Amino acid sequence: MSASVDFQEAGYATERPLLEIKDLAIGFTTSNGEVNAVRNARLTVMPGETVAIVGESGSGKSTTALAAIGLLPGNGRVTTGQILFDGEDISNASEKRMIELRGNSIGMVPQDPMSNLNPVWKIGDQVRETLKANGLPSGPDDVAKVLSQAGLPDAGSRAKQYPHEFSGGMRQRALIAIGLACQPRLLIADEPTSALDVTVQRQILDHLDKMTTELGTAVLLITHDLGLAAERADQVVVMYRGQVVESGPSLELLQNPQHPYTQRLVASAPSLASRRIQAAKELGVETDDMLAPGETGVVEPAKSDDVLQIQNLRKVFKLRSGLGKSTDFTAVDDISFNVKRGTTTAIVGESGSGKSTVAQMVLNLLTPTSGKIIFDGVDTSTLNSKELFAFRRRVQPIFQDPYGSLDPMYNIFRTIEEPLRTHRIGDKASREKKVRELLDQVALPQSTMQRYPNELSGGQRQRVAIARALALDPEVIICDEAVSALDVLVQAQVLNLLAELQSRLGLTYLFITHDLAVVRQIADRVCVMEKGKLVETGSTDDVFESPQQDYTRALLNAIPGAGLMLPPEMDVA
Amino acid sequence: MTPDYTTTARHSDSRRPARRTEHFVADVSETPLQVTDRVKDEAAPLSLWGEAWKNLRKQPLFLISAFLILVVVAVSVFPGFFSQIDPTSEACQLANSDAGPAAGHPLGFTQQGCDVYARVIFGTRSSVTVGLFTTIGVLLIGGILGAVAGYYGGWIDSVLARINDIFFALPLILGAIVMMQLPMFRTNKTVWTLVLILVIFGWPQIARITRGAVIEVRNADFVTAARSLGVSKFGALMRHVMPNSLAPIIVVATISLGTFIVAESTLSFLGIGLPPSVMSWGNDIQAAQASLRSNPMPLLYPAIALSITVLSFIMLGDALRDALDPKARKR
Repeated sequence: MSASVDFQEAGYATERPLLEIKDLAIGFTTSNGEVNAVRNARLTVMPGETVAIVGESGSGKSTTALAAIGLLPGNGRVTTGQILFDGEDISNASEKRMIELRGNSIGMVPQDPMSNLNPVWKIGDQVRETLKANGLPSGPDDVAKVLSQAGLPDAGSRAKQYPHEFSGGMRQRALIAIGLACQPRLLIADEPTSALDVTVQRQILDHLDKMTTELGTAVLLITHDLGLAAERADQVVVMYRGQVVESGPSLELLQNPQHPYTQRLVASAPSLASRRIQAAKELGVETDDMLAPGETGVVEPAKSDDVLQIQNLRKVFKLRSGLGKSTDFTAVDDISFNVKRGTTTAIVGESGSGKSTVAQMVLNLLTPTSGKIIFDGVDTSTLNSKELFAFRRRVQPIFQDPYGSLDPMYNIFRTIEEPLRTHRIGDKASREKKVRELLDQVALPQSTMQRYPNELSGGQRQRVAIARALALDPEVIICDEAVSALDVLVQAQVLNLLAELQSRLGLTYLFITHDLAVVRQIADRVCVMEKGKLVETGSTDDVFESPQQDYTRALLNAIPGAGLMLPPEMDVA
Repeated sequence: MTPDYTTTARHSDSRRPARRTEHFVADVSETPLQVTDRVKDEAAPLSLWGEAWKNLRKQPLFLISAFLILVVVAVSVFPGFFSQIDPTSEACQLANSDAGPAAGHPLGFTQQGCDVYARVIFGTRSSVTVGLFTTIGVLLIGGILGAVAGYYGGWIDSVLARINDIFFALPLILGAIVMMQLPMFRTNKTVWTLVLILVIFGWPQIARITRGAVIEVRNADFVTAARSLGVSKFGALMRHVMPNSLAPIIVVATISLGTFIVAESTLSFLGIGLPPSVMSWGNDIQAAQASLRSNPMPLLYPAIALSITVLSFIMLGDALRDALDPKARKR
């Protein structure tokens, strides 16, 4: 209590913080000895306030929150510091006391809606369990009430369904219902929407906002997205490598970041960066330096034709439904677009929109049901095996999951050399020289050659994947969610690298993504896909400034931080 | 959109008391900014196998079992180095029948007057040979069929899976009894006959494990990446899918090596395995049965040797499983 007095202005009664974390340190005992996951963590949540913890993976944000609800994994413990909940130190409270607090004083909404509901229990039973555990009335009506408050329509019958009958968004609503069932005073929401599509994310967060405001619940929101944090929270706490580096009112923090890490984060967060570009456009400020491409040594592509022409492309999958029968599922429905040489075209859509199927067909790994893909004037479906082998040299993919796209048994040299060896290019010495050049191009030290993928971070692996894709000097690179799995700062680095490579080598990118914010930074043209259909296509500026379709507008509005206005000029060291 | 630098209603919520939140900035010297995504180049490069070996080296379970297996293998390759006594029936003297330990004969004698220690030592070879070569045969057949079924899928998978099920459903002992009575095997039993029969009934397990491991790997992005580089379908199987499927196969193969040795002894004990002329633990246990009440020692020692050998292979398999488990490695 006393700690908060010095920044309380006179005139307001001294209010007791609901949750106060002071100098918290959390250690994990592992086979490699004691590891300090969190040091000097400090944050204050006042009653009814929303506080967001922002940080990249491994920054200790989830660990801090789990400590507050006493759910650290078995090998973790609070080594020093205090966690005060309503004045009571719960950092080393007994399990009995924590069980009393959980549910009706501190609620939790976990991250992954797919794995956090018990698949063999009906939704209603899972809500009832929570109510019962906290000694609240738990009749069918009470359960239905809790569910309908969380925004589930037709809650009475929904309660009788199993989790697999729910969509991702509905499951997250059910989890929110469970988290808020006992009207806790503090709700810990750990990345509650990171597994969901952006439009669903927005709905869920809006609803969570509404509910917690009505109930007066304080929220501790954990997220990796600074834009989302700033939009949803009163106060933002930035964590970096287990330490709190900056905290303060969200807008102030965004407009005037003090710590170098926060400054970088503000500069790199795609949602914010895309907002800045937009703001600058509206104010008529020149934005070339904000867009990714570097200007040195720009190589004009030899030709400026349409390197890829997609014409009336369709892909129908047969889904087995019972004996001998099958139903058709149209994944890609009659889409046409052209990709101009040396530019970046983004295909944007939510999960199930068919965007990755398009990528697979362009890569000639899937055969279209009908329609044509014309690469450099040749229909790719007519290629014989020898021509296909040659085609593979010219079109290369980069995949989403940096942990899955490199063979764990191959060291980096072998990984990057494989395309050269497969296509019998050069001898051993010249191939090694080429691998070194490629590593230089993707800004990895040459000593990386002897390492294995498991020794590299996600961003580094993605660089290796880029180097492998570049080994055959391709003309077109298909990036399938190539930066989606990366932390914000690493994502920014990789996007810059891609842009730089494009201007240096005259590459053409087909960029598949769900993230419009990233599109704003990198793409020249955008194709928006919804349920297999192309709903809108146009230049990035046109689509962002005057979207023609409702769906595109919904997607644009769903970029976190859409309501924030940021100063367009960000001077970041 | 109005370019004022405020946000939506949420931040000017009039119902809440106006609070001032401290703007805290940590001391930069205490929280230094590190280079984003720096490559750690202190440690020596380490492959997955290298890492598994590093973990294994520290495990007592692995060290003990590996030591025991080395001893067993050494005994089976150079039995003469461990015992100079001729254990064959011709050299046995009935005068020594069921005698206790004597100088130079630490474990006593069998009913036939043979040296028990020498018989245990010389019987090692046939057990280890059967275990080792059965495992190799099972790995070849089961591995190839399982990999093909898992990788190509479709009707190949369906056909192979049914064949697999048929062999899986046949009990080993029953199958071996029937097979051994076939005219071609009845008169002409050797170690290799036994290996052949054990392979015929042992491959389905490895085939299943291989199929599962291959299915898990075949859809990985790195396989798709290799395919889109122009690597052929079969090339991707050999170069990427198989090496990444090996870990569970090695674990199961190690454990089943132990069980094949047991199977050899069981069949020999039942009199349908190795012919009595071949020295083996199973035959010795069977022979010692007759004098079990008066002199249990000739039965006990080959049984102990058998148990230790089998146990070491199973322990080695467990240790390998711990070291190669991909989930344990994802840190």
